[in-house]
Amino acid sequence: MRIELEKRPERAAVFAWASPLIAIALTVVTGGIIFALAGVNPLLGLYVFFVEPFTTLWSIEELIVKATPLVLIGVGLSVAYRANVWNIGAEGQFTMGAVFGAAVPILATSWNTPLTLVAMLVLGVIGGMVWGAIPALLKTKTGANEILTSLMLVYVAGLLLDWLVRGPWRDPKGYNFPKSVSFEDWQTMPLLGEGRVNIGALVALAAALILWVVMSRTLKGFEVRVLGQAPRAGRFAGFSSDRMVLFAFLLSGGLAGLAGIMELAGTVGQLQPGISPGYGFTAIIVAFLGRLNPIGVVFAGLVLAVSYLGGEAAQVGLGISDKTARVFQGILLFYILACDTLILYRIRIVGRSPAEGRAHA
Amino acid sequence: MLEATILTIITAATPLLFAAIGELVTERSGVLNLGVEGMMVMGAVAGFGTALTTGSPLLGILAAALAGMGLALVFAFLTQTLVTNQVASGLALTLFGIGVSGLVGERFVGQPGVRLEKLSIPGLTDLPVVGKILFGQDLLVYLSVALVLAVGHVLFRTRTGLVIRAVGDNHGSAHALGYRVTAVRTGAILFGGACSGLGGGYLSLAYTPQWVENMTAGRGWIALALVVFSSWLPLRAMVGAYLFATVTILGFAAQGFGLGVPAQFLSSLPYLVTIVALVIISKNRLVMRANTPACLGQSFVPDR
Repeated sequence: MRIELEKRPERAAVFAWASPLIAIALTVVTGGIIFALAGVNPLLGLYVFFVEPFTTLWSIEELIVKATPLVLIGVGLSVAYRANVWNIGAEGQFTMGAVFGAAVPILATSWNTPLTLVAMLVLGVIGGMVWGAIPALLKTKTGANEILTSLMLVYVAGLLLDWLVRGPWRDPKGYNFPKSVSFEDWQTMPLLGEGRVNIGALVALAAALILWVVMSRTLKGFEVRVLGQAPRAGRFAGFSSDRMVLFAFLLSGGLAGLAGIMELAGTVGQLQPGISPGYGFTAIIVAFLGRLNPIGVVFAGLVLAVSYLGGEAAQVGLGISDKTARVFQGILLFYILACDTLILYRIRIVGRSPAEGRAHA
Repeated sequence: MLEATILTIITAATPLLFAAIGELVTERSGVLNLGVEGMMVMGAVAGFGTALTTGSPLLGILAAALAGMGLALVFAFLTQTLVTNQVASGLALTLFGIGVSGLVGERFVGQPGVRLEKLSIPGLTDLPVVGKILFGQDLLVYLSVALVLAVGHVLFRTRTGLVIRAVGDNHGSAHALGYRVTAVRTGAILFGGACSGLGGGYLSLAYTPQWVENMTAGRGWIALALVVFSSWLPLRAMVGAYLFATVTILGFAAQGFGLGVPAQFLSSLPYLVTIVALVIISKNRLVMRANTPACLGQSFVPDR
C-alpha cells in the first residue's frame, strides 16, 4: 500500500478555503491525543486550551493583544513569501524595532509630547528595516542565502538587546535588574477603552487591509506574485528580482520592527530581555495558515494567539507545561503544509497495482 | 595552554561537523532540509534522557541518532510523499523539534548528565602534546572524522554516490533512467537526520553533559551555512567546521586576556562569522555554480 498523487487539472478552489480549516481540526484532534498521553482528560484539556480563551471579556482582550504583533509581522511575511523571498529573521527585526524605538524614551527620559510616540514608532520601523536590509543587500550583492543570514541576525539582535539592557541602557535606579527606565504617558500606546487593548490592534488591521488592496489591486501586487511564481517571466516583463528582494525585506522588516516597538510601548512598558515569546517565528505559521493572504493572516493571527493564551491557561488550570503551545504550533504548520497538497493534487491510497504485481512475479 | 585550546576547538567543531556532513548528503540528493536545528535539539534531549535513565552514554548516542531520524522521517513524508514546500517544511520541523524537546526535557532541567568518557590508551594517550589530541578523544569525535571520509568516498567513488548526485542534479533524467528518485532522497534525508541527531547528542553527552532548553543555540543553522561554505564537498565541510570552531574559541580566549569587550559581543561572534563566511563563498559564483546540486530544493512528482 502506498500513497499516490495525481495532479488535478486545475487548482481545487474548495480546498484553498477548506485546507486551513482541516489543518486546524486535525491539530485539535492531535492535541486531544497529546493531552490523553499526558494523563489529562482530552475533552477538558481541549476546552481549557481552545475554548476558554473565548469565554471572558478579559481573555478576548488578551487574545487581541497577542494577535496584534502576530498579524502585523504575518502580513509582511506573507508578502515576502509570495515573492519567494524567504525572510526568516522577523524575530530579530522585531527586536531591533523595539531597540531603535526605545532609544527615544531611554535617551530623552522626560520628552513627553504627542510627538514622542510618533518618533518612537518611526524609529521602530527604521530599526526593523535596517535589520531586514542587511540580508537583502547581502543576497543581491553577493548571493548569500537570505534564510541563513536573516536567521543569524536574530541571534545577534538578541545579544545586542541583552548587552544594552545590562549595560549602557540599564535603569540606574533599577536595583541592577536588566531593565531600562519605564516609559511614561506620551511614550506609551493609547488604550482602546478600559482594558489592555491599545491602538496597535487598529494599526495591525489597517496594515492588513492596505496590503490586501496592494496585493490584489495594484501593479506592485502583480509584480510580487509574478516574480514569486515565475521569476523568468517576471524578468521578461521588466520586473527586477533584486529590487523585489529589497522591497520584500524592507516591508516585512519594517512591519516587524513596528510590531516590536508597539509591543514595547503597549504591553511591556520598558526595554528588557525576552520581549518576544517567539512572535517572529510564530508569525511564519500565521502567514502560511493565512494562505499568504493579508486578510487570511488576520484570522490566522487570532488562531495562533489562542495557542499562546491556551498554553498559559493549560499551565495554570491543568498543570501542563506551557511548552505544549509550541508543540501545537509546530504540528499546525505540518498539517497546513500537508493539507495544501490537496489543492494541487488528488491523493489516492493504492494497494499493489496489478501491473506491479506482474512485474514482481 | 595550546593543548587545552585545541581540545576545546575539537569539542566545539564536532557537533557542527556531524550536522553539516548529514545535511551535505541530503542536499547532494537535491533536498534542502532546514530542520537541522530541530533534529539536533531532539537528538540532544533524546541522548541526554536515555543516557540518564539507562546510565549508558552509548545508548544515549543511539537514541540521539534515532530521534534525529524520526524527525527526518516526518520531513521525508511531507516533502517526498506529499510534495510540500521544502523550506516551509524544514522550518516546521525546527519549530516542532524545539517545542517537543522543551516539553520532553522539562524534567531533565538541572539534572547532572552522564558524560561520554574520553578514550585513554595507556602509553599513547600519555604522549606529550599529541597524546590527548590524537588518542584521547571520545568515540564520537573519531566517528565524525570517519563519517567525513566515508561520505567523501561513497559520494565520489561509488555507484551509490553517483546515483545520489544524479538525483540531486537532474531528477527528471535520473527518473527516466529508472532510478527511484523519491526513495533515494528519502534515504538521504534519513541519513541527514541521524547525523543531525548525533550532533545534538554530542552537545548533551560530551560538550556540556546537561540539558538546557534550546541548547543547540543556532548550531543547526550554522551547520547549514557550513554546507554552503564547503561548496558541498565533505573534506571542505570538515575544514570549515574546524576553522569555524577555531575562530569562535579564539574569540572567547581573547576575553581571558582581559580584552575589554562585552561578553555579548563575543557570543555573537559565531553568528557574525557565519554571515561573513557565507558572503565570501557566495561571492565566488564559479565555485557555487560548479558544485551546487542543480535540483536543490525542487520537488519531484513522477509522471504516471
